[in-house]
Amino acid sequence: MKLDVILRVGTKLVLPFILLFAFYVQFHGDYGPGGGFQAGVIAAGMVILYAIIFGLKAAQRVIPQELVQVMIPLGVLVYAGTGVVSMLLGYKFLEYTGFAQKFLTAHEWGILFVELGVFITVSGTMSAMFYAFVGRGR
Amino acid sequence: MNKDGVSGAVVEGASVQGTGLIKGASIEGVPVESLLMMVLLTLLAVITIAIVRQRNMFGVVMLASIYSFLMASVMMVLDAVDVAMTEASVGAGISTVILLATLHLTKSVEYPQVRGVIIPIFVSVVVGAALIWGTMSLPPFGIVDAPVHMHTAPTYLAASRDHLAPPNMVTSVLADYRSFDTLGETAVIFTAGIGVLMLLKGRRRKMLGESEGQGDRGGEA
Repeated sequence: MKLDVILRVGTKLVLPFILLFAFYVQFHGDYGPGGGFQAGVIAAGMVILYAIIFGLKAAQRVIPQELVQVMIPLGVLVYAGTGVVSMLLGYKFLEYTGFAQKFLTAHEWGILFVELGVFITVSGTMSAMFYAFVGRGR
Repeated sequence: MNKDGVSGAVVEGASVQGTGLIKGASIEGVPVESLLMMVLLTLLAVITIAIVRQRNMFGVVMLASIYSFLMASVMMVLDAVDVAMTEASVGAGISTVILLATLHLTKSVEYPQVRGVIIPIFVSVVVGAALIWGTMSLPPFGIVDAPVHMHTAPTYLAASRDHLAPPNMVTSVLADYRSFDTLGETAVIFTAGIGVLMLLKGRRRKMLGESEGQGDRGGEA
């Protein structure tokens, strides 16, 4: 697809909005539909679209394979680490009340970190799976 | 995907206020939601039959993608916007891409079946009958006081309001009240990703090693 101008230019136009939408879904998950899982899949969709149009090598130059592979365990660590931090603050595992003075603010922070962990793992897993599938045939 | 999510947000906001566009509307006494549901479920059945009859794997993947989009629409009608979003992005998006990538590695036409059809038909009839028999003892669809709605859900709904938790209760249940479960789900995704990577990358490295050693498998790898 190297010669298809419309696809290449159109993809470049659309890509930032896909990423923006992923972050909207991520951080607006408290108020609207969505959350870390959906946002992670959308962000991975951006990587996949880029790889389909511009080729696997170009995509791996922007988002290296090592990075997405590190992201897979990193998200679980962020999630579990949130729980461990709340234990260190004197509360139960994944009880967010210690993160701030106000109850609601503390829980919003907790949800934010937890969803961030989900986002990292999901987007990393989906991108790494796509890289593995496509890279195998080459 | 973008458009889908935006309209999802609109419908979510509307349903929170209880003034959704399709809420309460009816055509000749039949609620619009039921009509939509009938159309969508009929289309689902049609696509299922089409998938069974299709021999070209590319067509099967595309039909499965359409199936997922219809399923997402069903979830929208049921007001499960978060599930609809997941179904649209994972079912219709990622899995379609992964299946197409798999087709790239394998052949894209299903081999004609050589064995008889009696045993498969028998198995599917028995399993289908067992499933239908199993649904007999389920509470009626959409009933408010079904056991699943009576156990912890009212507690979460009441507590979510008392705690002034995030307006989207799905998020507060998923990431706060049931945080342990979501940690488990994340671990499942982690395990699945690691498993796929081990399967695919391990093989490739071996194949590359062989092709370097023997030289005659270079074209294949």
